[in-house]
Amino acid sequence: MAGRFDFWSILTDPLVRQNPVTLQILGLCSALAVTTSLPTALTMSAALTVVMTLSAGAVSLIRRHIPDTIRLIVQIVIIASLVIVIDQLLRAYLAEISRALSVYVALITTNCLVLGRTEAFARHNPPVPAMVDAFGNGLGYSLVLTVIGAARELFGKGELMGYQVFALSDQGGWFTPLPLMLLAPSAFFLLGLLVWAIRSALPEQAEAPEHEPPPTGEPAE
Amino acid sequence: MAGPDRNPWRRFLALPNESRTKTLIVAFLVSAICAALVSGATVILRPIQAANRAAEQQARIESLVRGIPGMSALLEQSGGTLSTVVVNLETGRAARDVTPESLAAALDDPGNWSALDSGGDIAGLGHRPDFAQVFLLREGDQVSLVLLPIAGQGYNGRIEAILALRGDMNTVAGIAVTRHSETPGLGGRIDEASWQSSWPGTEVRDSEGTIRFSVARGPASTSYEVDGITGATRTSNAVTRMVRFWLGPEGYGPLIEAIRRGEF
Repeated sequence: MAGRFDFWSILTDPLVRQNPVTLQILGLCSALAVTTSLPTALTMSAALTVVMTLSAGAVSLIRRHIPDTIRLIVQIVIIASLVIVIDQLLRAYLAEISRALSVYVALITTNCLVLGRTEAFARHNPPVPAMVDAFGNGLGYSLVLTVIGAARELFGKGELMGYQVFALSDQGGWFTPLPLMLLAPSAFFLLGLLVWAIRSALPEQAEAPEHEPPPTGEPAE
Repeated sequence: MAGPDRNPWRRFLALPNESRTKTLIVAFLVSAICAALVSGATVILRPIQAANRAAEQQARIESLVRGIPGMSALLEQSGGTLSTVVVNLETGRAARDVTPESLAAALDDPGNWSALDSGGDIAGLGHRPDFAQVFLLREGDQVSLVLLPIAGQGYNGRIEAILALRGDMNTVAGIAVTRHSETPGLGGRIDEASWQSSWPGTEVRDSEGTIRFSVARGPASTSYEVDGITGATRTSNAVTRMVRFWLGPEGYGPLIEAIRRGEF
């Protein structure tokens, strides 16, 4: 393991090929909840990426001295503290957006994506690769949130970043907003379509059918 | 091989990760550093957040006034500004030595708070400040609108709101909820405009002067009721008690009497 890391692949793998949301299906709760508009999706993405990068760095720094018995508690404490600090910063400097994100910033603590990366990668690797990995995963998450947020804002309100893109029919234009896009189920549909599209393009991501009889007696999850 | 290391920090780091001492010390250090980080951020950023909240409250007051039918025209007529008055709730008169600027300092002094006895404390407040900042809008020398900040214990926590009364001091002109922590989607709907739209025109007291105002269970059926919120009976009841308390003798009652007598 010592020495050489392929930083480029650590950084770019999670963007599409190993995307934490569409391949590993992690961090869905927030991905569904905060994507009603692009600004909230971008703020949430930035908050998660910062928290993830910093917590990966912190966990990686003390990785040799985290007792195994309390390692999850130690990681959660570090993540939770960073989340609170970020939440306070948002409340102070981006009050409007922080109100729109409401409880979901605080819920970054329980986002399995963050703990997943510190537990799976940062705990075994030096700080720099760990932070690069976390940053790449944050970018992968951000990419998905941005795509879904943009689609929902565009088709739900005919806007992007608050600017009118489509002329609305009630103002004499041609576009009738789809209110469904602003409701939670539409995020499920869009995410499903996105996963489908990615797995069609990269067939190696498709999972084996779930209901084949297992060759070994390993219990299904 | 060198003898045992003298440096306690290096000795601690060299302990096996499974050792109980190391587990305890690591847990303590991580907690201490994180606690310092969190407290530091909270303390440093509190003034900015308080300023944000104050600006938000101001914006809500303005949108409340603008939302009341006919009020924006009235505002332009009277110069577009509300006058701010700090009132002494005991006497119902304008406070002599407390200004809006010094109100926060005055309320830091526990001597300016009155304990409420359990019978009169229907809003679940415990203590009530002796001074409150209200907003008056005048038409000629008559008060045409008064904005009263009210507060009470809701289902999940404190509810704060601003209640607007028309010049007759009996008709509700509107409400704006400035702060609450009710269940989202149920009691949390008290901050939605669709619910608040049932408030204007509601009467508070009947002809004998008894407070009849309440949040109905279901749609409002009398002129003293506003629509209830389905699935949020306790929040609805809390709002009823909060309005009744603050318009009653322990709340703005003396002030309302004084405005009726034309003292403002």
